[in-house]
Amino acid sequence: MLAFGSSPAVDAVMLEARAADFSKRSLKREAKRAAIDLAIRCIDLTTLEGKDSPGKVESMCAKAVHPGYGAPPVAAVCVYPNMVPVAKAAVAGTGVKVASVATAFPSGLSSLDVKLRDTEAALADGADEIDMVINRGAFLAGDETLVYDEIAAVKRVCGDVHVKAILEAGELGSYDAIRRCSDLALEAGADTIKTSTGKIGISATLPISLVMCQSILSFYRRTGVRRGFKAAGGIRTSKVALSYLVLIDEVLGGDWLDPDYFRIGASSLLDDLLLQREKERTGRYPSPDIIPKD
Amino acid sequence: MIKEQPLTAARNGNGVKPSKRLAYATSRESTPANIAPSYGHFIGGAFVPSSSGETFETTNPATGEVLSRVATGTPEDVDRAVAAARKAYEKYWQPLSPARRAAYVYRIARAISERSRELAVLETLDNGKPIKESRDFDVPMSSAHFFYYAGWADKLEYAARGGHMPHARGVVGAIVPWNFPLLMAAWKIAPALAAGNTIVLKPAETTPLSALRLAEICAEADLPPGVLNIVTGDGVAGAALAAHTGIDKIAFTGSTEVGKAIQRSRAGSRIPITLELGGKAANIVFADAPLDEAIEGIVSGIYFNQGHVCCAGSRLLVQEPIHDEVVARLEARIETLRLGDPLDKNTDIGAINSRAQLERINELVAAGISEGAVLHRQSAAVPETGCFFPASFFTGVGPGMRIAREEIFGPVLSIMTFRTADEAIEKANNTRYGLSAGVWTDKGSKSMYVAGKLKAGVVWCSTFNKFDPSSPFGGYRESGFGREGGLEGLRPYLEFDV
Repeated sequence: MLAFGSSPAVDAVMLEARAADFSKRSLKREAKRAAIDLAIRCIDLTTLEGKDSPGKVESMCAKAVHPGYGAPPVAAVCVYPNMVPVAKAAVAGTGVKVASVATAFPSGLSSLDVKLRDTEAALADGADEIDMVINRGAFLAGDETLVYDEIAAVKRVCGDVHVKAILEAGELGSYDAIRRCSDLALEAGADTIKTSTGKIGISATLPISLVMCQSILSFYRRTGVRRGFKAAGGIRTSKVALSYLVLIDEVLGGDWLDPDYFRIGASSLLDDLLLQREKERTGRYPSPDIIPKD
Repeated sequence: MIKEQPLTAARNGNGVKPSKRLAYATSRESTPANIAPSYGHFIGGAFVPSSSGETFETTNPATGEVLSRVATGTPEDVDRAVAAARKAYEKYWQPLSPARRAAYVYRIARAISERSRELAVLETLDNGKPIKESRDFDVPMSSAHFFYYAGWADKLEYAARGGHMPHARGVVGAIVPWNFPLLMAAWKIAPALAAGNTIVLKPAETTPLSALRLAEICAEADLPPGVLNIVTGDGVAGAALAAHTGIDKIAFTGSTEVGKAIQRSRAGSRIPITLELGGKAANIVFADAPLDEAIEGIVSGIYFNQGHVCCAGSRLLVQEPIHDEVVARLEARIETLRLGDPLDKNTDIGAINSRAQLERINELVAAGISEGAVLHRQSAAVPETGCFFPASFFTGVGPGMRIAREEIFGPVLSIMTFRTADEAIEKANNTRYGLSAGVWTDKGSKSMYVAGKLKAGVVWCSTFNKFDPSSPFGGYRESGFGREGGLEGLRPYLEFDV
């Protein structure tokens, strides 16, 4: 017997209607400047490619710490396990955390043993946070117990280290399934639930994020424990990033508007935020070439 | 493996109220509305003063500021307008080929789209509704109605059952309310013109400006003079129009009291009348409903347009086991609604349309409290100037209380409970109205069963306030008769040979 019951149903029509409202909020002037800096502080600056090299990771880490033009550092860098030692050295002493994907990212289709060793290796190299993938195949086959047990096992290995459970919502097929997996992951001990790997066509969307945040809110109401949310994949512009801040603000409340509880996993988003930040500061759009490339 | 008890059952109704908020700065829509200092009636293609020379102010309900002065309609003005419409019907509009009439209606539809931002600002200034609603609902839906009915203009034989070509009725007299001034005008003008009629429209006293702007648009579109006429004014002009012997069809949207008066005044005559009147719609939420989305439907149902909606879901019937949960969530949700300047793009709840309407809301809310119901309201500060009322709801509402039976026409919801589907149906139908209803359940069969037994002209299942020009809208019982929208909304403007 698991420690959780059934999950509430989700209806697409009003869900998508409300999600659309978040992108209609208008943030201007000082409100926009504050929101841009908050978004930067909530970024997990990410590189997850087969061609990632130490030089690339070091360069990205340097930008994570000093984005330029007085912008605040991002929350964390997110890299493959092999790159954790490089990243750890590059951000040492800066407050920027190192997150590592693990558990046979992105498919998660390996034995639990391999997934745990993958996690342990990242932890041994000093990862501050683990971005694990849940077992979508098991979920779609109806084996919720396996999904739950794997998340719980990874969390046990991680101890106090922050675990983000990636649902890969775009593979789950329905908002009901996304809600179910959100509930399962939170019950199993995930500190944060994360939308996507960024490796498939459907990544973070506002309706998907709304379902997941509703699950986080339910969990908070039931237990008093505040869990986190991470939107990842496809968030490339400041305008979209700001609509996520609005979503967090209006659904979960201002207490979640903090890198401890909200992250955006992104690569190119930081460049656009810096561009918009300069535009807000000077009143003009600068050349994109003033933004440092990593 | 999975326990039957839902996660929601363990929640104890402790709604989470945000402790700190993202600071949205005010973000006012800056498109100018270009309001003239005064307007006459629009009769025979030109703006003309009232026969009495009298004018009245139209104000911005959010600030009290005078926006313009408009002509006070007299029975003589109505005579002139009806005569102009008759002349235009015979001289220009009837002889025109249906395809040419369609082209004019399409032209109006496009002009509304092209000038949508300006029309949205104008509507928000005169009515008080949030700019996001006038921008995203009123104006695009108005344009959509003209586009839809333009398509009918040269296909009218398909509106007849039996294939004979129907013909236009002649001159239409239309009277519209202040809650959706432009859209309600569009609902009447578009099918009337497409069917080949000419029209005299009387906009509401407090919201004449968007109809007058539409008259300018029609003039710029070279609509022949007299095809559309606007007479502004109060109930005197409305009564003169409704009673006028020169009109061939009456289309009225407004209060049940005035609708009854119109019908009485026309008793014994053969003039066809359509009436779209008040409502006290039941929004029924079953315990198995997707609750987060049902909350959105409840919010849309009662707080859209400050509750100035004839089909508002103003009676919430909640299945008893989830009553406390729904109340807690609704309390939290209304805290996120932004009340204030209607021109601010971030505003959710704008101004109450008039001092008189605000007084009526206050009176009914006071009655609810004195009859023993419990008022819950959003904690946002209410602006000191202008007419505003915060998003509110009542719990502990008895079925005989005034707030359970009378149309409040404001952002105030009355919450009651039920036990079974049949009890929900019985309570939902226990009203003198019958315009709309909502059903929220995750179970399709239950949704269809309940929807089929509700005496309401429109039933929304797992959504609310969804409109489409092709979908008929109208009421049962004291919510009126006749339909607007779709083929059903076209037929009242046509005469069929039997």
